[in-house]
Amino acid sequence: MSNLVQGQTGEWEVVIGMEVHAQVTSDSKLFSGSSTAFGAGPNQNVSLVDAAMPGMLPVINGTCVRQAIKTGLGLKADINLTSVFDRKNYFYADLPQGYQISQFKHPIVGEGVLTIELSDGSSHVIGIERLHLEQDAGKSLHDQHPSKSYIDLNRSGVALMEIVSKPDLRSAEQAGAYIKKLRSILRYLGTCDGNMEEGSLRADVNVSVRKPGAPLGTRTETKNLNSVRFIMQSIDAEVERQIEVIEGGGEIFQETRLFDTSTGMTRAMRSKEDAHDYRYFPDPDLLPLTFTQNYVDQIAAELPELPDDLRVRMVNDYGLSSYDAAVLTEERETALFYEKASIGRDRKIVANWMSVELFGALNKAGKTLAESPITPVALGELVDLITDGTISGRIAKDVFADMFETGKAAANIIESKGLKQVSDTGAIEAMIDKVIAENQDKVDEYRNGKDKLFGFFVGQTMKLSGGQANPGMVNQLLKNKLK
Amino acid sequence: MSVDNNTVKKIARLARIHVDEDRREALAGELNAILSWIEQLETVDTDNVEPLASVTGHSLPIRDDMVSDGNRQEQVIANAPETTSGFFVVPKVVE
Amino acid sequence: MSDLLQLSAVEARAALASKKCTATELTQSYLDAAVQTEALNNYVQLTHDKALEMAAASDVRLQAGTAGPLEGIPLGVKDLFCTEGVETTACSAILKGFVPPYESTVTSKLWADGAVMLGKLNCDEFAMGSANETSVFGPAVNPWSDSNGPNLAAGGSSGGSASAIAAQSALLATGTDTGGSIRQPAAFCGVVGMKPTYGRCSRWGIVAFASSLDQAGPFARTVADSALMFSSMAGFDAKDSTSANSPLPDLASAMAAGVKGMKIGIPVEYQRDGMDAAITTLWEQGQEWLKDAGAEIVPISLPHTAYALPCYYIIAPAEASSNLARYDGVRYGQRVEEGGSLDDMYEASRAAGFGEEVQRRILIGTYALSAGYYDAYYLKAQKVRRLIRNDFDAAFADVDAILTPTTPSVAFPLGVKQDDPITMYLNDVFTVPANLAGIPGISVPAGLSSDGLPLGLQVLSGAFCEEKMYQVAQVIETQSGFSGAPQRAAGRANS
Ligand SMILES: [Mg+2]
Ligand SMILES: [Zn+2]
Repeated sequence: MSNLVQGQTGEWEVVIGMEVHAQVTSDSKLFSGSSTAFGAGPNQNVSLVDAAMPGMLPVINGTCVRQAIKTGLGLKADINLTSVFDRKNYFYADLPQGYQISQFKHPIVGEGVLTIELSDGSSHVIGIERLHLEQDAGKSLHDQHPSKSYIDLNRSGVALMEIVSKPDLRSAEQAGAYIKKLRSILRYLGTCDGNMEEGSLRADVNVSVRKPGAPLGTRTETKNLNSVRFIMQSIDAEVERQIEVIEGGGEIFQETRLFDTSTGMTRAMRSKEDAHDYRYFPDPDLLPLTFTQNYVDQIAAELPELPDDLRVRMVNDYGLSSYDAAVLTEERETALFYEKASIGRDRKIVANWMSVELFGALNKAGKTLAESPITPVALGELVDLITDGTISGRIAKDVFADMFETGKAAANIIESKGLKQVSDTGAIEAMIDKVIAENQDKVDEYRNGKDKLFGFFVGQTMKLSGGQANPGMVNQLLKNKLK
Repeated sequence: MSVDNNTVKKIARLARIHVDEDRREALAGELNAILSWIEQLETVDTDNVEPLASVTGHSLPIRDDMVSDGNRQEQVIANAPETTSGFFVVPKVVE
Repeated sequence: MSDLLQLSAVEARAALASKKCTATELTQSYLDAAVQTEALNNYVQLTHDKALEMAAASDVRLQAGTAGPLEGIPLGVKDLFCTEGVETTACSAILKGFVPPYESTVTSKLWADGAVMLGKLNCDEFAMGSANETSVFGPAVNPWSDSNGPNLAAGGSSGGSASAIAAQSALLATGTDTGGSIRQPAAFCGVVGMKPTYGRCSRWGIVAFASSLDQAGPFARTVADSALMFSSMAGFDAKDSTSANSPLPDLASAMAAGVKGMKIGIPVEYQRDGMDAAITTLWEQGQEWLKDAGAEIVPISLPHTAYALPCYYIIAPAEASSNLARYDGVRYGQRVEEGGSLDDMYEASRAAGFGEEVQRRILIGTYALSAGYYDAYYLKAQKVRRLIRNDFDAAFADVDAILTPTTPSVAFPLGVKQDDPITMYLNDVFTVPANLAGIPGISVPAGLSSDGLPLGLQVLSGAFCEEKMYQVAQVIETQSGFSGAPQRAAGRANS
C-alpha cells in the first residue's frame, strides 16, 4: 500500500516524527513529595518546591527513575548508566522555576524500537530516538476571566517521560498505530496509565512533506494532542496544508502549531516564542544520575511479557489466528482476561467467544472490559459446558446473553431454565421418528435425491427438542433413519 | 565576540528584563568590558579536560516515592500579588 | 550591662551555664547594642519580640538542664536565609514583603541547638557584590570607619553579618559565601569568617545565587566560636541533593593540637603586584608564626589561579541567571503591571525589582548560556574549573593547609569602586578559588594596616578536612594576639 499523497504537482511523501509525553505512574512528583493524583482543588497538590519558593531544592524520586528504565527496556532501548538533568530555561506563567528540569545531552534512555501493525497486515519497525525524564508544567486557565489567566500548579513537577521517535512514520494511520502501540506497551509495563483524557499521554507531532527521494522538507510541530483521533486528523490537515502552500509557491516555516478540534485545522501559535533559546545547562542543584548494570538487569528480569511476545506465543502455542492474537493482546487487561478465561481449556474456542460474543455485547452495552458482567472464570465455565456437551453452541448463545444480563453463572442458568443438551439416543430417535411421520412427503422427496432437505429434518428435530438436542447426534441418527 | 545594542536587546528579552533603549549602549559597553576580561580564559589549554559541573564526590541521592507534601494551598499562595479561589492570577496569556 | 558584649560565645556559654547571666539579659544587651549602632545599617530587621521569646525559652532550658550547644547565644541571620514568619528579601526590591512559610535547614539547626535570633542582617542584593553596596537597604557600614572620615565598606556580600559581629551587635551570625562573601567581609571587619567544604551545610531554604558555589558558614569573633557555630550548622540534609553525608571531624581536639609537624603551602601565584604592602608583610608574618609553632612552610604552585576570577564570572552569573528566573511577580514578591501582557509584566517587574548589578549578572549569565556561546563561555569555564580543582588536589597531596592573604586590600571607602565592576570583582581574587574547588577556607583577623584597619589571613584545607584549617587558624589567632575593637563597636562610647 502506498503512503504517497497525490498533489497537483505529483506525489508527496509524508514524514512524521512524534514526541510523546507520558506521565510516569508514581505516587509523588519527580522532585517533590506532593501527590500526583488527578482532580484535586487548585494548587492543592503543590509543595513549596513545586511552587519554586526561594531556596527550595529538588530531590529525585527513585520510582520514577525505575519506571523510565523499565520503559526503556520495553522499547528494547539502550539504558544509560549515567545521565544528566539539565535546566531548560524559558518564561511561562505555569513554569514556576523559570526553567524545566529535563534531560538534554545525556538522557536516561537511548535508541530503541517499536513495531506497529497496520490493518493491511503489514508491520513496520519505528525507531525510538531517546527517552528522557522531565518535569511537567502547571496548568493555565485562559477562559475564566476576560483579561486574566488563572494558574494551577497541581501538575507542576509531575514526572514525565518524553519519548521521541525517529522520523520513521509515513502516514496518519502509522502515527495512530504508533501511539496506540506505545500506549499499550506503557500500560503492559505499568509505567504510564495511558489516560489521554486526563492528559497522562500527549503527543507533539512533527510533520513535513517532500517529493519522494528528495531531502527532508521543513517541519512544523503540532503540540499537545490528546487523542488518537486528533493526532491522525491533525496530520491529515497539516499534510494537506503543507502541500497546498508549497504547490501554491509558498514556503513552510518551522513553527509550533495548535490543532483546533472544532475546525479540524491546525494554526500557528499566536504567542510565538521570540527565538527559542533554552540555554540548557546541567542543573547545579542535582548531580549526574547513576546506577549499575546490575540494577538494570534486575528490572529486566522482572519485566512483564509484552504484547509482541505474547502475540507470537498465542499464534504459535495456542494456535490463534494472528488477527485474534492481535485483538487479544492490544490491551493488557484483555490479555489478562483471556489468559484467565482460557487457561486449561480450548484456547481457540475461548478466543472466539471473547472476540465475537463478549466484545460484541460489551460494545453494544457501551461497557469496557473492566465493567464486564461476565468474569473470565464465568466465561471459561461456559466454554467448558459447550465442550463437554452439556449445551450446544446454539443454546450457549442464549445462556451467554442471560449471563451478560444477570451476571449469573452458566451452570445456574442452564439448571434453572432446563437447557441441558439432550444426548440420549432413545429420546432423539423418538423425536426423529415423529418428524419423519409428520413429513412423509418430504422424506420421499429426500429419498428421491433432494439432498438439500437434510437440513430441514435437522432443523425440525432441533426445534422439537427446543434446541436442546445434541446436534451431532441428531445428524448421525437422521442419516441412518433416512437411508 | 562582542555585544552590540541588538544583542543587549535580545538577551534582555530572553532574561525578561526591560531595558530602556537609551540604556542599551551603556550596558553593551559594560558587558563588553566584562566579556573581554573573561576572554583571557581562551588562553588556557583545555584540550582533553572534562568539564567540572559539581565538586561533590557522591552520586545523586534518590528518595522513596511517598506523598509527604502538598495540601498547603494557603501557604503556597499566601505571598502572591494576585490570587482568586486558590489560583494564582496573571495577565491573560494568548496561545 | 555592656560587659556582656565582651564575652565570646564560648565564654557566654559558660556564663549562662554558671548562671552569671541569663539568656534574656544577654539577648537584651545585644538588642540594645543593635539599636545603639543602628547607623551602621547592618540589620535590615530586628526581630525584637521573637528574640526575647526565644531567650526566655532558652532560660527555661538552661534552668532545666536541657541546654543545647548554642543555648541562649544571640545570633543574627543574613537576609538570604529564609526564616519562617519573618520577612526575607535577599536585600532585593523584588522580594520585598516575602514572608516564607518555612525555615532554612541551617537556621533550623541553629535554633534547635538553642541559639536566639536577633534579626535579619544586611547583604548585597542576592549576595551579588563585594561591598554590600548593592543592597536595596543601602550599604552596611564597617564599624572600623572613623566617624569623622568616610564610611568604609563592610565588604560583601555578607557585609551586615561581618559588621554586626565587629560592632558587637551580634555574638554570632550566619553568612553565605559564593566567591568570598564570608571571608572578604570578615577580613574587612576584623572578625572570623569561614566557608565550609561545599556540601557541609545544607542549601535548603537559602535564597540561591550560584548553586554549585554557594555555601553557608559562620561569622564569629574567635576561631573557637567559629568552630562551635559551624558544628551546629553543618550536617547531612536529605532535602539538598548536594549535601554531603560525611561525619564532622573533631574540631576541638584539632585546635588544641597546634601545628607542629604540619606542612603549610604558600602559593607563589598569590604574590600580586599592587597588593597592599601591609598585606604582604602580614602574610610573611603569618608564615613566621606558623614556623615558630613548629610547622613547615612549603612553597607551592596553583598554576591556574589567575583564571579563577574570569572562570567564576561565567559560572556564577550563568547559574544566577537561571536561579533568579523564578522572581517573576507571580507567586511572591513585587509585581509591576505595565503594557498588559504577561511578558510585559515579567519585564517590568524584573526591571524594577532587580538592581543594576543583579541585572548585569543576569544578562552576562544569559549571554554565556545562549545558543552559540555555551561552549566558548560556560563549557570552557567548567573545564578551567576542573584545572583549578586539580591544582588544589595536587597541592593537598603535599601539604596539610594553605596560607594566603584573604583580600588584596583593606576596607575601602563606600562608593569609590562602584563605577567599575571588574575592579570590584578583583576583591575576590584570593577567595574565589576555594569556591570553585569546593574546599573550605577561613579568614582570621591577624593584624592592622598602618591606617589601623584590620587585615585577614586565609587558611585553606582539603575538602572535608576543616579540622586542619581550624588547627592552623587557631595558631594564627593566638600568635597574632589580634584584639582590635573597632571605633564604632557598641561596647565603645563613640559608636
Ligand atoms: Mg516537543
Ligand atoms: Zn518535553
